[in-house]
Amino acid sequence: MNTLTLNAGRITALGRSELTLLVRNRATLTLALLMPLMMVFILRSSLGDSEGAQTVGEATLTGGIGMVLLLVVHMNLVSSYVARREELVLKRLRTGEASDVEILSGTALPAAALALAQIAVLAVAGAAVLDVAVPRNPLLILVAVLAGVLLLAALSAVTSSFTRTVETAGLTTLPLFLVSVLGSGMFAPVDSLPDAVARVCELLPLSGVMTLVRAGWSGGAAGGDLLGAGLTTLAWIVISVFAVQRWFRWEPRR
Amino acid sequence: MTDSVIEARDLRRGYSGGFEAVRGVSFSVARGEVFALLGTNGAGKTSTVELLEGLAAPSGGQVRVFGLDPYARRAEVRPRTGVMLQEGGFPSDLSVTETVRMWGGVTTGARPAAEVLQLVGLTARSSVRVKQLSGGERRRLDLALALLGRPEVLFLDEPTTGMDPEGRRDTWALVRELREQGTTVLLTTHYLEEAEELADRLAILHDGELVLSGTPAEVTATRPARIRFTLPAGVPAARLPLTLRAAASGQRVEIRTQRLQADLTELLGWARETGVELAGLDARSASLEEAFLEIAHSRRGAGDRTEDTMAGTR
Repeated sequence: MNTLTLNAGRITALGRSELTLLVRNRATLTLALLMPLMMVFILRSSLGDSEGAQTVGEATLTGGIGMVLLLVVHMNLVSSYVARREELVLKRLRTGEASDVEILSGTALPAAALALAQIAVLAVAGAAVLDVAVPRNPLLILVAVLAGVLLLAALSAVTSSFTRTVETAGLTTLPLFLVSVLGSGMFAPVDSLPDAVARVCELLPLSGVMTLVRAGWSGGAAGGDLLGAGLTTLAWIVISVFAVQRWFRWEPRR
Repeated sequence: MTDSVIEARDLRRGYSGGFEAVRGVSFSVARGEVFALLGTNGAGKTSTVELLEGLAAPSGGQVRVFGLDPYARRAEVRPRTGVMLQEGGFPSDLSVTETVRMWGGVTTGARPAAEVLQLVGLTARSSVRVKQLSGGERRRLDLALALLGRPEVLFLDEPTTGMDPEGRRDTWALVRELREQGTTVLLTTHYLEEAEELADRLAILHDGELVLSGTPAEVTATRPARIRFTLPAGVPAARLPLTLRAAASGQRVEIRTQRLQADLTELLGWARETGVELAGLDARSASLEEAFLEIAHSRRGAGDRTEDTMAGTR
């Protein structure tokens, strides 16, 4: 597998047709556009007003970013990979010049772009409506979000390999969703959990990304924490890329 | 052998579960040649072609396309080959033109979409969604994608399955045209007619093994020709010249021979001398179909087992 030299033209060509498909699939598109919005509202109301508007606003925004990653990148992409595999598109593409990584990246392109756009909107709108201060370290947020997109795209490919049909994707994406929502500090900061549990939760796939995003917004995290979060995220990326190479299914089971 | 562009040597392909679909297949295809792999369903045609296309690595033996391993050297081989899988995959919500354009985006030196659609006769359907195409039209679209990069070598896995007679003729004409332009074509088919029409050389696969190969004429020449007729009542078959190895059932006689002309001359001479009228006289060389059926039949005993297993290994 020639993974190191990627051809941008081939990736965009695949991404473009994938975008056409996303736009034509009304149900998926609506879900991808509305779900994160809904979740942000739920998030906002569940956090209550106990700790002051500024804190609540920030928690809503960082949680919202996590939601977008989970809903728009992960759930969407698992369906796309499964659909293309079952339609034999992936197998057909592999007879052509595009490399495996190019095929997977091209398919992920629209979902990734949509997620980035939604996060940008969320950040701007959040600052305006939720009365949140400007991020202390926008670069850190950007890096964390990009790493999150990469990680979730790889996790989506892994998830798709044990998802038989598009219909069951809702089920197979649930574990990561629940684990992340409960354990990666999306609704409540992990600090409020018992120490031992919190320590384990820090190692969950999205925990590192969430810590980095939160730190980028409000600052105040210790250097050691940031390093830990970065390493956790990197480790998850390496593990999932390895799993994709090992277990990704390019054609349907027969 | 400098001129051979595809080489398979002692090729093997096993699947998890221990089933071996390809069992020691060797052949080579020269530049500019049309080579057909024939076989019943489950003979191992697709399993073999996928190895040549570089979709999988063989579990034993060696494949070379342009002298390169098509699996390990994918990036170098792919720009020069065009592939049509037995079952093509296209996103069903894209239109025909959009599909060709997407494929063009991943193909070096792609022809314009309009040109290639014209080539396969799909121009009138260019704005139709893939899910609304008929089976035959899908095959045409698949062929269009295979031709998009003007490949030197074209792999066609059952290219006309599901096409109506007109589509089949069009495809044959297109393959001939491509050969005239120097394209090497490897095709699989279970239509004997198709192999006879198109192939310079062919090989018959059975149970994962290559049982016979050569030009269509060479392959049929390995099988005996046949003379059939009915003797009038009162003339027993025993009165036929002994040199003719006749098998009679009642008055109907069948002679199988490698020397059709000599035996036919003798038979007709005898008939004139004795004044016997040979009703329904029919003499013919073996057809590819007979050769094929005979091979399939003579090995049926061993073949029954694989027939159902193979359904799962496409």
